[in-house]
Amino acid sequence: MSEHKQPLTVAVTGLNAIDSPGPGIAVIRALRDGLPKPLRIIGLSYETLEPGIYMHDVVDKTYQITYPAAGTEALLNRIKYIHDKEKIDILIPNFDAELYNFMKLAPTLKSMGIATFLPTFEQLDARDKVNLYQFGLKYGLSVPADKIIYSVDELYTCAELFSYPLVVKGKYYDAVIAYTMEQAQKAFYKLTAKWGYPIIVQQFITGNEINIAVLGDGKGNATSIIPMKKLYITDKGKAWAGITLEDDTLIALAKKFVQATNWKGGCELEIMRTNEGVPYIMEINPRFPAWIYLTAAAGQNQPASLAKMALGDDVHPFTDYEVGKIFIRYSWDHITDVKEFQQISGFGEL
Amino acid sequence: MLLKKNIATSETGFIFNPSTGDSYSANPIATEIMGLLKEGKSTSAIKTQILERYDVTTAQLEKDWDDFANQLKYANILEQ
Repeated sequence: MSEHKQPLTVAVTGLNAIDSPGPGIAVIRALRDGLPKPLRIIGLSYETLEPGIYMHDVVDKTYQITYPAAGTEALLNRIKYIHDKEKIDILIPNFDAELYNFMKLAPTLKSMGIATFLPTFEQLDARDKVNLYQFGLKYGLSVPADKIIYSVDELYTCAELFSYPLVVKGKYYDAVIAYTMEQAQKAFYKLTAKWGYPIIVQQFITGNEINIAVLGDGKGNATSIIPMKKLYITDKGKAWAGITLEDDTLIALAKKFVQATNWKGGCELEIMRTNEGVPYIMEINPRFPAWIYLTAAAGQNQPASLAKMALGDDVHPFTDYEVGKIFIRYSWDHITDVKEFQQISGFGEL
Repeated sequence: MLLKKNIATSETGFIFNPSTGDSYSANPIATEIMGLLKEGKSTSAIKTQILERYDVTTAQLEKDWDDFANQLKYANILEQ
């Protein structure tokens, strides 16, 4: 990548470093490690208490942006305002829910001089929870059997098909393991109230939870693949500690996924490896995971590589990484002042 | 009995399986046996060495050996 006399300015979302963290802070940490200096990080936030807003050694300046539901026009207007002030070179969105709007705006952003490196709509749809089982069948990937349902009565069919326990999943987020019909029905109502229809009912698979961070170049090549086993899992199912693994079957699985989809950008494969050693793909998240800094620590800095590819640089696929590298997340009470809270609340920037 | 090639062991008794991320702590005698397995010594050679070095009967060694081998098998660190 060419040397920048002016700071390279990267805008990043996902500053909510909370108990179920967004990936933004980890992405920024990796960018600061792997990109040439000077580097200016612009945080894009939604809520006023996202910790990253107040972490001034991590984020240089933060602007609030519009919620995804406000649509692309409102988002574009806000980005134009920020771009006028900051001259953004690269924008890295880190939430599933905002991805659609940013993908839609990507050509406009490009014409403004803002680079992105995002999957296509086709790629995004292929890995959607609703389409995942068909996707697995098509490409010979092990995916738990599922049934997409719109009525609570269909749960009886699911119980006959898969036996208990059933995994009842919301359209966008959340999953409940139901051991009885009563629990399944309760989960159905709770999840439809929160996320709408349909509900995905999935076969329950037991085993070890493994996640794989992947960076695809959009041409069928995996630039980086790092498998991680969760060592400590929170009650929300998030990895609070994890370790990099050496396993050719996991690498091959990720390569197969990237080749099948021509995946462009970062993503995370959520795997359940059975005691027989079969790796089932449980879910595919279309963005970097919150533990993404582990990729940089293990020798394959995925966020920095994505930034370079967004600018048009050739990044050769990584071949090696450190096995047995561990991350352990921790919590920290960051202290700030009401003036700062007032500033972001009142003016939408800090 | 053959250890998987990528299994990492240390003199302190720490065993790490890089394929699964699992780690184990071995007691001194298990650590010694793991070290010998890592050197490529055969089962019979290791048993002979143990019988020479420690005050143990053949019958007790065989019993403990089977138990140890089962634990290693369960931990998925032996070649199939």
